[in-house]
Amino acid sequence: MNKATDHPLVQLTLMRMREFIREPEALFWALIFPIALAAGLGIAFRNQPPQVLKIAAVTPRIAEGLRQEKLLDVMQLPAALAEQSLRTGKVALLAEPGPDGTVVYRYDDTNPEGRSARMLADQAMQRSAGRQDPVSTSDNILREPGSRYIDFLIPGLIGMGIMGNSIWGLGFSIVDARRKKLMKRIVATPMPRSYYLLSFLLWRLILLPVEIGVPLAFGVLVFGVPIRGSFFALAGACLLASLAFSAGGLLLASRVRTIEAVSGLMNMTMVPMWILSGVFFSSQRFPDTVQPVIKALPLTAIIDALRANMLQGAGLAQMAPQAGVLAAWAAGCFVIALKLFRWR
Amino acid sequence: MPALATDTALHVRDLRKTYKDVLAVAGIDLEVRAGECFGLLGPNGAGKTTTIEICEGLTEPDSGEVELLGLRWSSNSAALRQRLGIQLQETQLSEKLTVVETLRLFRSFFRQGPGADEALRIVQLEEKRDARVGNLSGGQKQRLALACALVGDPDLLFLDEPTTGLDPQARRQLWDLIEEFKLAGRTILLTTHYMEEAERLCDRVAIMDHGKIISHGTPRELIASIGVEHVVEFSAGNATLDLARVSGMAGVRDVRSVNGTVLMQVTELHKAVPALLEELGRQGVPLTELRTHSASLEDVFVHLTGRHLRDE
Repeated sequence: MNKATDHPLVQLTLMRMREFIREPEALFWALIFPIALAAGLGIAFRNQPPQVLKIAAVTPRIAEGLRQEKLLDVMQLPAALAEQSLRTGKVALLAEPGPDGTVVYRYDDTNPEGRSARMLADQAMQRSAGRQDPVSTSDNILREPGSRYIDFLIPGLIGMGIMGNSIWGLGFSIVDARRKKLMKRIVATPMPRSYYLLSFLLWRLILLPVEIGVPLAFGVLVFGVPIRGSFFALAGACLLASLAFSAGGLLLASRVRTIEAVSGLMNMTMVPMWILSGVFFSSQRFPDTVQPVIKALPLTAIIDALRANMLQGAGLAQMAPQAGVLAAWAAGCFVIALKLFRWR
Repeated sequence: MPALATDTALHVRDLRKTYKDVLAVAGIDLEVRAGECFGLLGPNGAGKTTTIEICEGLTEPDSGEVELLGLRWSSNSAALRQRLGIQLQETQLSEKLTVVETLRLFRSFFRQGPGADEALRIVQLEEKRDARVGNLSGGQKQRLALACALVGDPDLLFLDEPTTGLDPQARRQLWDLIEEFKLAGRTILLTTHYMEEAERLCDRVAIMDHGKIISHGTPRELIASIGVEHVVEFSAGNATLDLARVSGMAGVRDVRSVNGTVLMQVTELHKAVPALLEELGRQGVPLTELRTHSASLEDVFVHLTGRHLRDE
């Protein structure tokens, strides 16, 4: 044994590392699961090419006119069959001749597809009949990374991962050690008690680059998710979040003696944040009255900070409010946890 | 003669501790001399663990004084922690760590003491050096716990129920180890509810019941104090027996009926057994069981409380 590894803090941190690495399930939930989730959701919500709308036309002349529009898939059908197709939703619109050479569009105006089809169909009809547009226009189509669902999701998953790993990592380990009386046994040695808590922190810090790096690298390499802001600001935000959630885990585990009780407390803490903090969908969808509460949650803070950094290129200054929220949670939880903490 | 302070490893005066409405320790005085193995013997719930954990500085007493190696918890806790070796009842060491990793961890907490491999050798676990703690047998785990208590080269060793739950072979192996510690001159305070353990290992014993010390001395002194050398144990099935006649026989000191078995303390076995058989014959009572043994600490406990140690 050499001198450096003889230090209690090193030995305690090694214990945390060994307990984690030798538990395959912990490894799976912390690292593999977020990737699987991101891959699944990324594929499910991938941006599809512009949809071609199916419409029906009753006469060959109308069908001919409508086919001028490339975004319409025009089927020429007998009247009865066309009507049935419209009613069953197989086509978004039905074009049929009206009296005196007019054209009648039949569609559901509460259905966005119906309205789009109406616009496209009418444009095609008018142009084929010789309408000239007074202003000539052209399209410049932009499908940029940063505005897709996967770009929104990856920062959410990183935030969720930091929260889950920190709260579980501390909460479970502390209560397990207390339940098995291992904590009491270690406290019965000359080891300074602060080392015991510091070893958790050290281990979290060692694991943090992996926790963030794995989903981030996956998002960047597989889906081309952008990182527009400073990488140091991003790392700093994650570090603060890790401290805040670790302090939260410490607080939740400060007095509890059973795994069941601490699991309940952890779920009670994390599940509302999964929903409210905008991991999977924007938290803006909740009413304005609860927005201040949502903004004060640590998970909202880290996810907002990550999205601002990665997608909008925000620097440290723009991330300051979120950093403040995270620092307040870290300090508050840590102070209360130390007051409540039960060493046996 | 050295001064009292160096001669006494542990001094406890009028110790009291109440948990909610349970009186765990009801005024205890103890003195453990340097170099001796002192046993706290008593049934489960007698207050042994509370007493030893107060001595270990893990539990705060309601009142009373504890002095270890001339030091007190209130003023010298850091120095004391370096000099105590502690084995707690029912500690589960981390199952994912190997034996040697566990010992290195505990060794890192102390300023001085034997290295991990040296500690392994002392408790004869060398062949399990790289095995996971989770794969050890009960006896091996207990020996590892002992090794963890030894890595600080302690002046005073606390062992709380070191052999509880072990099979007889593992227990004997652990006893051999503890005897080696004694030979090495270590001071040991151990708790147990096995009277064989106390008799074999302890120089002096305090018998605890309901939070009090009801008797103390060397095992020999305690056994001699009940004034008998042998105990005859017999059972007469469901037949009714006139115990008064049995008590009246020559050389019989004390007769008790415990759970359907009659315990008879006698001074002379060779006279008492024929007399008993004759008396049972006279009363026409069948004998379903008959055992005799030399008086033990168990008999001292029965004599003092009317209960067996392990009946609780």
